[in-house]
Amino acid sequence: MSILVNKNTKVICQGITGEQGTFHTRQMVQYGTKMVGGVTPGKGGSKVDAIPVFDTVDEAVKKTKANASVIYVPAAFAADAIMEAVDGGIELVVCITEGIPVLDMVKVKRFMEGKKARLVGPNCPGVITPGECKIGIMPGHIHKKGRIGVVSRSGTLTYEAVDQLTRIGLGQSTCVGIGGDPVNGTNFVDVLELFEKDKNTDAMIMIGEIGGTAEEDAAEFVRKHVTKPVVGYIAGVTAPKGKRMGHAGAIISGGKGTAEEKFEAMKRAGIKITKNPADIGVTLMELLKKGKKKSPVKKKTRRR
Amino acid sequence: MNIHEYQSKEILARYGVAVPKGRVAFIPDEAEDAAKDIFKSNSICVVKAQIHAGGRGKAGGVKLAKSHEEARQYAEAMLGKKLVTHQTGPAGKEVKKVLIEEGCQIARELYLGMVVDRAKQRVVVMASQEGGVEIEEVAAKSPEKILKEYVDPVVGLVPFQARKLAFALGIDKALVNKAVKFMTGLYQAFVDTDAAMAEINPLVITKDGNIIALDAKIGFDDNGLFRHKDIHEMRDLDEEDPKEVEASRYSLNYVALDGNIGCMVNGAGLAMSTMDIIKLYGGMPANFLDVGGGANKEQVTAAFKILMSDPNVKAVLINIFGGIMRCDIIAEGVIAAAKEVGIKVPLVVRLQGTNVDLGRKILSESGLNIIAAEKMSDAAEKVVKAAKG
Repeated sequence: MSILVNKNTKVICQGITGEQGTFHTRQMVQYGTKMVGGVTPGKGGSKVDAIPVFDTVDEAVKKTKANASVIYVPAAFAADAIMEAVDGGIELVVCITEGIPVLDMVKVKRFMEGKKARLVGPNCPGVITPGECKIGIMPGHIHKKGRIGVVSRSGTLTYEAVDQLTRIGLGQSTCVGIGGDPVNGTNFVDVLELFEKDKNTDAMIMIGEIGGTAEEDAAEFVRKHVTKPVVGYIAGVTAPKGKRMGHAGAIISGGKGTAEEKFEAMKRAGIKITKNPADIGVTLMELLKKGKKKSPVKKKTRRR
Repeated sequence: MNIHEYQSKEILARYGVAVPKGRVAFIPDEAEDAAKDIFKSNSICVVKAQIHAGGRGKAGGVKLAKSHEEARQYAEAMLGKKLVTHQTGPAGKEVKKVLIEEGCQIARELYLGMVVDRAKQRVVVMASQEGGVEIEEVAAKSPEKILKEYVDPVVGLVPFQARKLAFALGIDKALVNKAVKFMTGLYQAFVDTDAAMAEINPLVITKDGNIIALDAKIGFDDNGLFRHKDIHEMRDLDEEDPKEVEASRYSLNYVALDGNIGCMVNGAGLAMSTMDIIKLYGGMPANFLDVGGGANKEQVTAAFKILMSDPNVKAVLINIFGGIMRCDIIAEGVIAAAKEVGIKVPLVVRLQGTNVDLGRKILSESGLNIIAAEKMSDAAEKVVKAAKG
């Protein structure tokens, strides 16, 4: 078991005939992902390698029984593509596209209300269950099958953490990049909840960054509902206020969303933090050696 | 992207949001002409320095004039001079234009703002009776004084929501409809322009019963600019760090900082954590620089030039985690850039990920004076030591 994706996940690629779409589709196929189709409006009937291309998601789902989609459509058309996937009955929509206008995402989220689809991203590396299914742009070879769940707002920083884990022999159950945008789909809390319930996940790594309050919300969730050990890291201790640090969502606005606040919230929740990004793997290793329980938090000190 | 007050007011006026009559002036002559127009129908004129930073009033960047001669004097005193406010930093910002505006008789000062609420994932309209005060201050001291309405993107800001805010602000019943027009106009301007934040502070109720935006500040979502050429043209490069402007030409994310260790990293999260680990090992980063996941040779070269143009930089750390981007390609890019630009300070390179061995081999055989590092901590330690000389 794992979360979100496994060897049975059937994936279509929206934007498959674009440069990025074609390149990453091939990478995913190579990894072993069941790529069953692609969608590019107007190119239905053609093929990318052996993969059939359809004009609409609706048609692709009917013909291929796909239950997941990965989106490489350019930013200007990505919101449209997400909504098409949601409407087409796709259960897991992974949007890699960076640079979608935030007000487009506000509309997308409104559109998704009451619908069963789950969105991961946008502006994310994707989701991977090592050895079974890779949906996204992460380098497959640094991953190793195992029992650690990883959730992160970042791309390359996640690879860094995964690489550290793999080197010390800790494989991963599933790694989820939730993306660096201010308005996104799946959040830390959703993923942590899935990891907590997953029988094949023993511990989790959570990598946040400055901006917003998603990490604080996640810490509160861990405090209340998570029994498995969690290691936490936040990027951006040295980030200045009011400046956007690459990701659209990585900004300290009005003095809120600092790394210090987030580290504090994690500590209060019993999450084992490390302030050294080179030590994410070893911190978890040490925590696991001590026993597989979350570090105890006294009730009185939990209160804010 | 941010714009000036006068540009914000131009946009608002198009949406029926009441703003004072006024004109921007680049030289004293223009300021005097604009003031003459205002004195035809008004007894007070306001001269406002146009810089992006807030806190202009306290710093002497906003002056009331009773004649066009006086308006000219104020404009002369401001134009070409540096204005230092609590937001500009000690270096201040040069004033290159002033807004000449009609004065008004203020009865009440209120606050009205809009942003995208990240937790609720909707636009939130915020209003407060504490006009003229920074909203962060109100939020910290007395959050209950901030009234909020969340907007459903399907229907937009509905008049009843604006009425709720207007009544709660204690706006005179006779003026509520004007307030509704003001707020719904502001919301429409916000969504039509892909704004990220709009702030009217203060929103003023005049003694003659008008509701006007005495000040206006709009910031835009950079990701939405591609569909607003007119707004993109309002960008004022004088307001930005020249290194950041140069970086944006190559689609590089660069933010200037105060330290002396330059860094070049792929990915925003890794770039931030590279800065953090430099600090952890006792150094200070000179910048944030994300070259992106698929940086090419041109971008790496441009990035290198920008780092080297910062006189504070005493050492450089390149930290690349090769994912889809292979380490050997990055290594070749670094060598080409280093040869073109020249390495004037110690250069620490840490490569990890796809084709790392080949990448390291290429660097070590290049003959360039490169300090290789394997782990991030190792790299940080080496670069901090190198910067100390």
